[in-house]
Amino acid sequence: MHIADFGIGMLGANGIVAGGMSIVTGAALAAQFDGKGRVAVSFFGDGASNAGPFHECMNIAAAWKLPIVYVCENNRYAAQTSAQSTHAMEDVAGRAHGYGIPGVVVDGNDIFAVHQAAYRAVERARAGEGPTLIEAKTFRWRAHTERVGQPDFRTKEEIAAWIEKDPIARLVERLKAQGQLADADLAAMKGEVSGAIERACAFAEKSPFPKPEQATDDVFAA
Amino acid sequence: MREVTYNAAAVEGVAEEMRRDPKTFYMSTDSIMSLVKEFGTTRVRATPIAESAVTGIAIGAAGSGYRPIVDWRQITFAFVAMDQIVNQAAKIHYMFGGQRKFPILFRAAVGGGTRLAAQHCQSPYSMFMNVAGLKMILPSTPADLKGLIKSAIRDDNPVISFESNRLMQLKGPVPEGDDHLVPIGKADIKRSGRDVTIVAVAWMVHEALAAAETLEKDGISAEVVDPRTLVPLDAEAIRASVRKTGRLIVADEAGPTAGFSAEVAAVVTEDAATFAKLKGPVRRVCALNVPIPYAPVLEDHVFPNRHRIIAAVREAVEGN
Repeated sequence: MHIADFGIGMLGANGIVAGGMSIVTGAALAAQFDGKGRVAVSFFGDGASNAGPFHECMNIAAAWKLPIVYVCENNRYAAQTSAQSTHAMEDVAGRAHGYGIPGVVVDGNDIFAVHQAAYRAVERARAGEGPTLIEAKTFRWRAHTERVGQPDFRTKEEIAAWIEKDPIARLVERLKAQGQLADADLAAMKGEVSGAIERACAFAEKSPFPKPEQATDDVFAA
Repeated sequence: MREVTYNAAAVEGVAEEMRRDPKTFYMSTDSIMSLVKEFGTTRVRATPIAESAVTGIAIGAAGSGYRPIVDWRQITFAFVAMDQIVNQAAKIHYMFGGQRKFPILFRAAVGGGTRLAAQHCQSPYSMFMNVAGLKMILPSTPADLKGLIKSAIRDDNPVISFESNRLMQLKGPVPEGDDHLVPIGKADIKRSGRDVTIVAVAWMVHEALAAAETLEKDGISAEVVDPRTLVPLDAEAIRASVRKTGRLIVADEAGPTAGFSAEVAAVVTEDAATFAKLKGPVRRVCALNVPIPYAPVLEDHVFPNRHRIIAAVREAVEGN
């Protein structure tokens, strides 16, 4: 549930929708203080775009010109609820104009489009011009949680249509058409990734559970 | 020693720490001008009225190596930041296995006396005491406030400084300079006595001291214990006093239900050695459990005061 790796700049998955947005905004303020060209990136979904922190953070980051990129992965559903029933506007990115910052809509399943939008937003942040809101239109193949028995009201047709737009398959197709990816290299890469996942699973399964008395560790920093 | 007001002592403590550590910075609506003048508007930031985002920003900046100070002004405004306080600030060190430290000072004024009614006269510290992962202080004198605020800024955890509305203009001797640190988690005996222990916080410390003066004339010797820190609570100092006097009154401006006063009663009575010395029941002198009313005559009726402390002490002493 609560994964984080501060060592690589990953400030933690949050159990509260929109709960992490202001924390990342604080990392952007720290980056601005440091002045070393670091940029913070806040990832969230269409659901978070309706919560208070989205609006508070967008406004503060714009007013303070913080080096941050807000990335809304709009997968059309907040848990089970369709964004169509909770948003009056089609594009979350359109809200950026209300805060005086650029709002960009991209095909979230097109790696090159996402990269290009992100590159521009990061450049803008580094130049001291403030935040950008990128809305990447995409989809979640699986249910909201991995718990068994959760309802999923999305149609099979909708899910199938989006699986057709698999960004990795599209990338492979494009690279192959350009003659930049050989089958053998692709197989090697797939093997590498599967191997890393398998090693991680094996490590997790072999790792001992904590001692019960460790429950009281880390409530406070020493 | 020179005398400084409670409010000015807090600002002095903040300024000393900001001078000492360039990683500290201050966020509030309507900046404190003396701090702006010395440190500029980059380190003393006037924020939008967005307590939730500002609280979260402090968490993110703290995890990135800074020591933010967030001034919520009145505790009532912290309620709109509860997700950030309870779900994030309190738990982030624990959830992520202590990967980073989150040193943050949150400041908030509490209590009545300002005649500002239900939403601006609250004392909800026990709501926060119930959340693991937050430290909190509630000092009663200018010197304690300054010394504890300095310790709180240096602490590597989120610390809430509850500061009494009623005491803002109270003057008292305050040491100058970096050496004046009051340790978090250490109670102070504000007056020694033999017959009864009065545990009081913030303004009620002063009411308890006034009550003790009056009681002295009747030959009742009251000891006034000021915990100063709510979390971690100096339970042993309180128990030691009760073991000496055998009687306990808890005086708190907050309501009694699941309150600070209830916690003090519990830590005293659950300790067998202390319980064995009790000569009678623990008594609490608290506010009535109502929203604080606007009409002064109603407000004065709702809050506890020295007279109610005196009455409770007499009951305790005469009853046994």
